[in-house]
Amino acid sequence: MQPLQIAICVKPVPDPKESTQLQINPTTKTLVRKGIPLVINPMDRNALEAGVKLKEANGGKVTVFSMSPPEGELTMLETLALGADEAILLSDLIFAGGDTLATARVLAAGIKAQGNWDLVICGAESFDGGTAQVGAQLAVLLGTPWITRVSHLKRVDDKHLLVTVEDEVEQRELLVQLPVVLTVESVVNQARPLSLWGIVEARNKKITVYNADTLKLDQKGIGLDGSPTQTRDLFAPDASREAEILTGDSPQQIANQLLDKIGWSRKGAAN
Amino acid sequence: MNFQFSPEQELIRKAAREFAEEVVRPRVQEMEEGQYILDDLFRLMGEVGFLGVLIPQEYGGTNLGTLGAVLVVEEISRISAALGTGLQVHCLGLLPVVKFATPACKEKYLPGLATGKYIATGSITEASGGSDPTTMSTVAVQDGDSWVINGRKCFITLNKTANTTWVTTCTKEGKRREFTTFFVDKSMEGYKEGRLENKTGMHGLDNGEVVFKNCRVPDTNVLLGVGRGLPVALTAIGRMGRMGMACAALGTIQASLEAAVKFANERVLYGRPIAYLQGVQFKIAEMAYLLETSRLLVYKAAWLTDQNMPDAELAPKVAMAKYVATQSAIKASDLAVEILGGYGVVREYNTERYLRDARMIWAAAGTGDIMQLTVAREALKLK
Repeated sequence: MQPLQIAICVKPVPDPKESTQLQINPTTKTLVRKGIPLVINPMDRNALEAGVKLKEANGGKVTVFSMSPPEGELTMLETLALGADEAILLSDLIFAGGDTLATARVLAAGIKAQGNWDLVICGAESFDGGTAQVGAQLAVLLGTPWITRVSHLKRVDDKHLLVTVEDEVEQRELLVQLPVVLTVESVVNQARPLSLWGIVEARNKKITVYNADTLKLDQKGIGLDGSPTQTRDLFAPDASREAEILTGDSPQQIANQLLDKIGWSRKGAAN
Repeated sequence: MNFQFSPEQELIRKAAREFAEEVVRPRVQEMEEGQYILDDLFRLMGEVGFLGVLIPQEYGGTNLGTLGAVLVVEEISRISAALGTGLQVHCLGLLPVVKFATPACKEKYLPGLATGKYIATGSITEASGGSDPTTMSTVAVQDGDSWVINGRKCFITLNKTANTTWVTTCTKEGKRREFTTFFVDKSMEGYKEGRLENKTGMHGLDNGEVVFKNCRVPDTNVLLGVGRGLPVALTAIGRMGRMGMACAALGTIQASLEAAVKFANERVLYGRPIAYLQGVQFKIAEMAYLLETSRLLVYKAAWLTDQNMPDAELAPKVAMAKYVATQSAIKASDLAVEILGGYGVVREYNTERYLRDARMIWAAAGTGDIMQLTVAREALKLK
């Protein structure tokens, strides 16, 4: 089969193991990341693994794209150690504070600037934001179909993938024509461990940094100012509960009290 | 000066921490209950390249240097000092093959040592002790193009798990005894493990005797040369063995500090966490600086090793690092036990394990007292 040009989108997120240490800045309503180690967003690691497996089967190239501050370079190096061939860090002060759409615009610009591609794979959602929007927005910006929450994928010929998607109701198998954007669930594969072999191989691979100028991006659509959504407030919902014990002379009387409480009419109900 | 690890070294630490958390942590209890390293753990460490961290890439290793090995052993020891020590002993066992073996011996063993087909150890200590090897009674006699070894070594870590070892023997008696070190594998008849020690700590890590009974070893397995066996052993112990135990100590201090901090923030007394009690704060502060000072010395010694500092100059640097780190491990784990109070000696809380392991680290690869001698000799300019 023809080798594929595969783009993987990766987000560095605070280590989920340290999630109890996470705090929200009360003014900016953003996550305070200081002091918490960054890791590759867990589902993005599955996305990378899916790309690397396709490449290992039929050849091609896996390029990772990430919009992140300069310290994201270590994450980029990690993706190379995990099997990517090249990493593109999309980094510019002006990207800061971008919502999902602004982020997708930067990622799409990065992927287009890099040249030809057959397949884009993202994690279905990020551990920190969890909106699950970027993959879909990216597909629209790249002008391709998109399949979300893929739990299994297999290449069937030069131009098609067979993918499985699941929701609460059903499981479907879809024959998908390339190019396409996929977002994958963690069940899609078992991501390989970070190994010293991979770290040594990463020495010969390249990390490129693109900024807003390189990407020729319209500044109106990126960063905090270019984001159509703004966080007004962020709070933990009140989850307190009260228990009330209903008493009565008969089970029917107690049941009737319950129906009254939940606003159900007893009209027509059998007595 | 630059105290920053390179991005590559940061990733090495990350790889080791990930492995330790995901693969080793779930197996610690199983190791505590057993006497040997679990069958699959060496194979899994081989798959992620840890076993070949000191082996050149042309022989299938990752060759990330002493500092690379230090980071891996430290992180594994943070979860299991027993497995961390097992890994460092494997590195100690293979280092003389990298440095001193014949090309044939390197070709035969190094690729397998990198993957876990071969697991290595080093055999020098005898019942009379290990710090003065010149009194050893194990002998090797030349017979044609091979040598026949007879003797018994003791306190050998991985005595059962390892299927290869270097062994230092006396090859010439007389007023000036001569010593030769060989690399031996268990397919050679006459090399087998002997009695297993029942230890206070490092459960799940085998340690005991290895026995050589008419064990025939080919000439090609002589390391460095006939009569040059002591430098081989001292290089392995000095450049990896002591360093490795110091790393096991670093992991133990880190684990002790983490356990103490977690408990101090969760245990409430007089209406708030005991972390607010000054007595507890002083203990935590002491543990924090024990960790920091130990790390500075160990990382510096590892860095000097990678700069190819000659053995004689390096020995006191490594001895100082090992002494401080192991003493600190005993102190830090003891403080953790104190902070946890009654829970400190309950097995589920691990701190009593850290203390038992720290005591083992102090004695291995030269006791703390021997480290002091080495440091003092350098300071006093004694010959």
